[in-house]
Amino acid sequence: MASASESLNVRNRSLQGLQEFWIKGLLWLSAGFSIAITVVIIVILFGEAIRFFADDSITFAEFFGSTKWTPTVGTTAESKSFGVWPLVCGTLVVTVIAIGIALPLGIVTAIFLSEYAPRKVRAFLKPALEILAGVPTVVYGFFALTFITPQLNWVHQLFFGEEGFAAFNSGAAGIAVGILCLPIITSLTEDALRAVPRSLREAAYGLGSTRFEVATRVVVPAALSGIVSAALLAIARTIGETMIVALAAGSTPNLTVDPRDGVQTMTGFMVQIAGGDFSNFGIEYLSMYAVAAVLFAMTFGLTLLGHRIRVRFREAY
Amino acid sequence: MMTDQPAKTASASAGTPARAKSFNATKHNGETPIIRQSAEVFAERAQNTQLGETAITISNFDARYGEFQALKNINLEIPEKSVTAFIGPSGCGKTTLLRWINRMNDIVPEARCSGKLTIRELDVLQPRLDVVELRRRVGIVFQKPNPFPKSIFENVAFGPRLHYKASRSELADLVEWALRKSALWDEVKDRLKQSALGLSGGQQQRLCIARAIAVGPEVLLMDEPCSALDPRSTLAVEDLIAELSKEYTIVIVTHNMQQAARASDSTAYLYEGELIESGPTHQVFTNPQNPETERYITGRLG
Repeated sequence: MASASESLNVRNRSLQGLQEFWIKGLLWLSAGFSIAITVVIIVILFGEAIRFFADDSITFAEFFGSTKWTPTVGTTAESKSFGVWPLVCGTLVVTVIAIGIALPLGIVTAIFLSEYAPRKVRAFLKPALEILAGVPTVVYGFFALTFITPQLNWVHQLFFGEEGFAAFNSGAAGIAVGILCLPIITSLTEDALRAVPRSLREAAYGLGSTRFEVATRVVVPAALSGIVSAALLAIARTIGETMIVALAAGSTPNLTVDPRDGVQTMTGFMVQIAGGDFSNFGIEYLSMYAVAAVLFAMTFGLTLLGHRIRVRFREAY
Repeated sequence: MMTDQPAKTASASAGTPARAKSFNATKHNGETPIIRQSAEVFAERAQNTQLGETAITISNFDARYGEFQALKNINLEIPEKSVTAFIGPSGCGKTTLLRWINRMNDIVPEARCSGKLTIRELDVLQPRLDVVELRRRVGIVFQKPNPFPKSIFENVAFGPRLHYKASRSELADLVEWALRKSALWDEVKDRLKQSALGLSGGQQQRLCIARAIAVGPEVLLMDEPCSALDPRSTLAVEDLIAELSKEYTIVIVTHNMQQAARASDSTAYLYEGELIESGPTHQVFTNPQNPETERYITGRLG
């Protein structure tokens, strides 16, 4: 049968194989690039960490057992103490405060945006959140130092009759990091909620659900894996957040869960060492890599955990 | 009791002009089992149809989406405990009409309506109506099976949990009752805790029907419930509809002429937002009063 395309010239495809070869190569190269970078980072990180532990004055038992972190005290290895717990504790306090604020607030905001908000409100609220996401973290740091801490002290005075928050404290830093994470959690959660098919919402409405029941019994459970992803991404971001804690949380390694006290986080310590006047080959300099390796292990563990949770609670639709 | 002459002839012996008219005209081979069965069912219905009291009354009903007028001045009475089919070409407004009966269109921002729509004494369109209670009384089954991504048990228990305080064992009894009623129990009784998404399309649709009847509605709305199903599942769902119509008032939207013919007691034909004809199914199919209805039914329109 004669078709319309018969009158056309066939495209010259002789270079097709070569073209395909180059394109394939380029794609492999691009994908390989990010993997290579990751590998290089891990190798350097753990290589230097091993050098740290190879030092005679350092033991695993001290690093993971001692509760004193005084790498900059004195000049001899004997006068320094390398127990990582105060730094881990500082990071965790900030993270718990930040996530404790950002997760509930973010999820509720996302439910509002996706299930309740009229189109006009949404059109206003979404960009507002994106502005929040665009604020440089150093600004949040200043905000915590010069605004949140005084406010916290004001509240403290109201309840206890005296100012209790130190100039640098984990509470203000945690709140600021929470505000930083809010847009991440909100927008990822909202994406997950909106991806739930309309047919499921209709099914729930058709059975006589209220809007709230539709949201909480159908939409949120169906989007749970996305919400868990959002939460874990936010936690990883919080643990790795540096500028805010360096500015507002202080620089005294302190094994305390009291949000009124100053702490040093793992990232805060790294900033102090990398930016300070320390020999590039000294033991305190190498300790930075050991802390970084612990930080990496924590975020990596979180990613794995997140994967497990996602598989376990999946309500695929 | 409707006793039309042509319909009676159809019931007397297969292959009469009446049957030829309603089925051959829609381009189906009269020899396939489905058609033979439908012919029998249809003929039987023609004999036995006895429409009861009016359950749903629709009068001077208009509906619009924004500027677009979807329905114009609909007047229709839907009898209780029987199956009423809405037929008509795509975009004629039959689904819109169906979705106003339980106010599903409330969640469509642009949808508006006027006129009167009552279920028994209940004024469905009053602004202060408790839609939750309305939808408990008027269940709906959608075109594509839409089970929740939860277990089979949780799917059926979803509605009862919203509306009733039931103990664990009462809930289990209710779920079993609904699944038996929707002819699914024997297939799923050993895997109630497994995801409903593992069921076949036909099973999923019957599960959706079980889920709908579990809250104890009086009316069941079905929006093309078989259009996503294979012929075997379609027959299973149709049998179920016939069974359920003994207790429930069922309104079904369908594109499938055979389905309307075999599964419904009365039929309403809509075209471009207007109700062209309504009446007992065998009458509409074998002796349509309006030439347009005849053109659609015989496949020359739509």
